[in-house]
Amino acid sequence: MTLKKQELAIGDSYSELIVEDLTRTQIVQYAGASGDYNPVHTDEKFVTEVAGYPTVFAHGMLTMGMTGRMVTNYVGDGQLTYYGVRFVNQVWPGDTLTARAEIAAIREEEGGTVVDLTISTTNQDEKFVLTGNATARISEN
Amino acid sequence: MAIDRFPVEGSHILMFARSIGDSNPIYQDENYAQSSECGSIIAPPTFVQSSAQFDPNYFLRPKDGQKWFGSGGTASGTSNTSDEAKETDSKAGEKKSGGSAGGLHAEQHYTYHRHLKPGDILSAVNTPGDSWEKESKRAGVLKFNESITEYRDQNGELVITARSVGVVTEKVIEK
Repeated sequence: MTLKKQELAIGDSYSELIVEDLTRTQIVQYAGASGDYNPVHTDEKFVTEVAGYPTVFAHGMLTMGMTGRMVTNYVGDGQLTYYGVRFVNQVWPGDTLTARAEIAAIREEEGGTVVDLTISTTNQDEKFVLTGNATARISEN
Repeated sequence: MAIDRFPVEGSHILMFARSIGDSNPIYQDENYAQSSECGSIIAPPTFVQSSAQFDPNYFLRPKDGQKWFGSGGTASGTSNTSDEAKETDSKAGEKKSGGSAGGLHAEQHYTYHRHLKPGDILSAVNTPGDSWEKESKRAGVLKFNESITEYRDQNGELVITARSVGVVTEKVIEK
């Protein structure tokens, strides 16, 4: 599962379709599991009549979680040493998201060899919804 | 925010993995996990965010005996009319943030010292970081606030350092 240094080059990329037609039910599932019950994510009446948004929207952390699945599918389980993102646009029900990782650096760190990744997630209009970085351990050969 | 006791459990990891659409057996199949490089089930990278479940004062969870600001019979459970609701919510700092209860999440960063597994019992301490402002065409003045959370395990070892940035926007962001 672990990526091998010899098989990697700067600029290599990996991408995955992480959600197709995001459902309100999945947003509810994420609220329940994470414990973030902010009604702006699940409560159509509150979000339109009180908060003034057109409809409910996904937790940023749901997009980070789904994007994280792409990252761990690429670098292997338990290899991440850093994962950080910015939420640059909101994600709405019905959105279809694609997440992409590109190798920015391969370097030595205390304790071994690591790869730095540049991460982005885009929606069906090719608009960025998330940008970020990750670092993962890789095998030396 | 301070969390005294966040027990990491297999069933919670399974529910969390399902909610992000991740069917990776490392999050749910003990036999698979034991024979893998990890040696046991581990938690997905963003699982630690569900520590909110174990924060006794977390303000985005309805609590016994307290009014909840989401809808019941009316659009906001904290008042009888929509106008009153807006007023109540603005008092809580929500009007400026587009009613999103204290603002939106702008950034999240995790440094992993090791990955979580069922049986871990975490505690967490949160300290405020920097604050700054930015002008945005889409949302007016943006006020950013950073906070750092250190998660330690049952042996007092630092396992995850989290840095979160929240933003309060002047205007509601249009779809």
